[in-house]
Amino acid sequence: MPATRQWTNWLSLFIVAVIRTEKGEVLGMKGIISYGGYLPLNRIRRETVFEAMGWLHQAGYMKGEKCVANFDEDSVTMAVAAGMNCLRGYDREIIDGLYFATTTAPFRERRGADIIGTALDLAGTTRKADFTDTVSAGTTALIAALESIASGSGRQMLVCASDARLGKPGGSQEMTFSDGAASLLVGDEGVIANWEGSYSVSYDFPDHWRAEDDKFDRAWEERFGREEGYRKFLPEAISGLLARQNLRAEEVTKVIYPGIYPRDHATIGKKLGFEPGQIHEHLMNNMGNTGTAYPLMLLISALEEASPGDTLLVAGYGNGSDALLFRVTKEIRRIKEQRRSIKSYLDSRKDLKNYEQYLAFRGLISPEGGIRAEVNPYTALSLIWRDRREVLGLCGTRCKRCGTPQYPVQRVCANPDCGAIDDVEPYRFSDKTGMVFSFTSDLLAFTPSPPGIYAVVDFEGGGRYWFDVTDCDAESMSIGMPVEMSLRRRYVDERGGVIGYFWKAIPIR
Amino acid sequence: MAGGIKDKVAIIGMGCTQFGEQWDKGSEDLIVEAFTEALEDAGVEKVDIQAAWYASCYDEVNVGKSALPLSRTLKLPFIPVTRIENLCASGSEAIRGAVYGVASGAYDIALALGAEKLKDTGYGGLPEMNTILGTKNRVIFPGISAPGAFAMLANRYFSKYGLSIEQGKRVLAKISINSHRNGAKNSKAHLRKVITEDDVLNAPIVASPLGLFDCCGVSDGAAAAIVCRADMAKGFRPDPVFIKALQIGVSSGEELGYTVWDGTSVETTTRTAVRAYEEAGIKNPRKEISMMELHDCFSITELVTYEDLQISPRGKARNDVEAGFFATDGKIPSQPDGGLKCFGHPIGASGLRMLYEMYKQLQGKAEERQVKDPKIGLTHNLGGFPQMNVVSVVIVGL
Repeated sequence: MPATRQWTNWLSLFIVAVIRTEKGEVLGMKGIISYGGYLPLNRIRRETVFEAMGWLHQAGYMKGEKCVANFDEDSVTMAVAAGMNCLRGYDREIIDGLYFATTTAPFRERRGADIIGTALDLAGTTRKADFTDTVSAGTTALIAALESIASGSGRQMLVCASDARLGKPGGSQEMTFSDGAASLLVGDEGVIANWEGSYSVSYDFPDHWRAEDDKFDRAWEERFGREEGYRKFLPEAISGLLARQNLRAEEVTKVIYPGIYPRDHATIGKKLGFEPGQIHEHLMNNMGNTGTAYPLMLLISALEEASPGDTLLVAGYGNGSDALLFRVTKEIRRIKEQRRSIKSYLDSRKDLKNYEQYLAFRGLISPEGGIRAEVNPYTALSLIWRDRREVLGLCGTRCKRCGTPQYPVQRVCANPDCGAIDDVEPYRFSDKTGMVFSFTSDLLAFTPSPPGIYAVVDFEGGGRYWFDVTDCDAESMSIGMPVEMSLRRRYVDERGGVIGYFWKAIPIR
Repeated sequence: MAGGIKDKVAIIGMGCTQFGEQWDKGSEDLIVEAFTEALEDAGVEKVDIQAAWYASCYDEVNVGKSALPLSRTLKLPFIPVTRIENLCASGSEAIRGAVYGVASGAYDIALALGAEKLKDTGYGGLPEMNTILGTKNRVIFPGISAPGAFAMLANRYFSKYGLSIEQGKRVLAKISINSHRNGAKNSKAHLRKVITEDDVLNAPIVASPLGLFDCCGVSDGAAAAIVCRADMAKGFRPDPVFIKALQIGVSSGEELGYTVWDGTSVETTTRTAVRAYEEAGIKNPRKEISMMELHDCFSITELVTYEDLQISPRGKARNDVEAGFFATDGKIPSQPDGGLKCFGHPIGASGLRMLYEMYKQLQGKAEERQVKDPKIGLTHNLGGFPQMNVVSVVIVGL
């Protein structure tokens, strides 16, 4: 180590030592204070895809599997799931901003971050923005959030990155594109990974694109994207950051970047001087490329394994690259036990029955649903606005007189021994667990994934309502089964372009 | 309790169409048929009717809104006609209007008529339910169907009383077998086929644990009643049937909004029955009721209703079912006309159809279904789901 560097390191240690507060926290830290990933339950084995479509693209064979959003999930619902995981135990009232990163927003005009913010029951004063148009939007949103904290314009910012991209049937994107979400809460208190610096490069690199009405990505020759983009932009950003931070490769504990071209993944790290043990696994085999969420999910999985003092360098890729450097603090120990890990999500999985079910769930074929599937529920959007906290935020009421939580919102208490009128306070059910009071699996009612399972749920702490149950097999249902809540697409009115988001019960994963 | 309705009003004429999938008939045909039979049975003229109440549930999809479909079809001469809708209990609600109109002294003779043309909706089973509670409901209601809502009652009931699915289904099968045995004898019934336990247990599942033979028919049909002041009744016929009690109850919402209801009974039936017995002066329903037509939309509903009506003790209705207590030759014959299960369930007509059977039985005109020497008949009509509903209990006698 050069003498000057050694000296500044000693100096920074000294400064850190003198500005510890009475609570033992380090002042001046800015970085990640919580994290939460999310992967949908459904998987499709790539072999299953190849069995169906290999006749078309014989060279497209890949091992492993990918995650598939359920028929009632999209980028917004998965972002909410990751956000719920991230915010567990955190006060939602002090979040100053919410950035949503995706290339698969359900609406071209109607901000995803606002839907997510309402679902997470964040205040209207939470500043929101969508980051989009490239899969590096996840890391870009993270940098923007960290910069807000650094500038003092916010104390806590939530970043949710989520994608559910579709690959054309039989193409290589279909093999690699996967669905998932990541959420990071950044701030200046209780920091688990201090943000040390960033370095970004961005270019109009037209290796793949989706035009105005395209459902699928179009792509130029694969070698072009790999050699001119992936092999160049990641090294440029990573080495740029190392230089800017005056760090050498061996001083980094883990270097984390997407494995979009899995065979080139290790080569990039090696050329930059990293040992194989320093290169964080890319999870392409059992997770796949989850778009904007991908680098952040890798970062979360690295944080789950990290120890205090570790240095993590994460880089996103897409139209250039963003690289960020974090130093892990001892606070990491506190958070680990409270979070559902990427690994646990990877382990909690269910195989789709076949390729056709995958196509149906992702809207690539339209199976017969009978007359019940054709009834378009008319949605009163004025109600969606007026009752947003109740519908999208799953907030009911708690009677101030008798303490009974109730859903939906009641002005007259449902407790027959109370009956108080207008003596209520808002009560959030979305983060409460519940128990199946009774249930059925229904073959008459329409659902894209029969049978329709629904249940009356008794919430821990009080309150009862009935919900659809999703991510669940009929055979596994039982009275007393614990459930939690998950925002889903309750219905889609294709004619009106309306997505009816509402909460469903799911078995606790 | 206020004086109640007992013996103030009598039924002097009734009519009921064939129930079933009547592809060749519209709601107008059904209305005219039920009305004509009731008019002839009562021996009155159309001009004698001073007011009418008309029941139909699914307005937008078949019969239409307002009282106009009834008034215009029958050419009622500019008299007051009210259309009512209270889910599957609409038919009972129509006769309540007519009976109370007469009891008030406002009218001497009134008509109640219910009609439903379900087979013009395009659905197997009932059409969608998510509009029941208005606009917000469309967004926050789960994707329930009627059999599913009652299947939740069955699962909860089986669980509480320690019945395996198989044991529970065998008990329910006996209920459906009884209805089919009775329905087979009824020329106006929708489903006229005797079935076996194997038929029931091997039928496809509709909503677990309920299978096809646990569910009632979805039918077209109409039924009508003409009522008059009790003191006038014998002037029309020697055997008028008197209203002994007419109670309707509606959920307060606490079943699904509070956590005290245990999900193995229908709270509204329980409470409405208590009021009806008090109104009719019935102290021991198990001993005093001669026969019943219950709202057996699903086999489990009938099982639970026996308990809610205090005929069987809680959790013990299966013993009565297994002992044949509700069979035609049992202590309280139930569903002598086949019930919703086999007579069919054109929603707005069902409450009146139940009364039609009690009326004919009391008059000794039920042909081969005739119950021996009945004195008191009870109808139970339920709209909605076990978790939120409208219930009527009507008690009639000579």
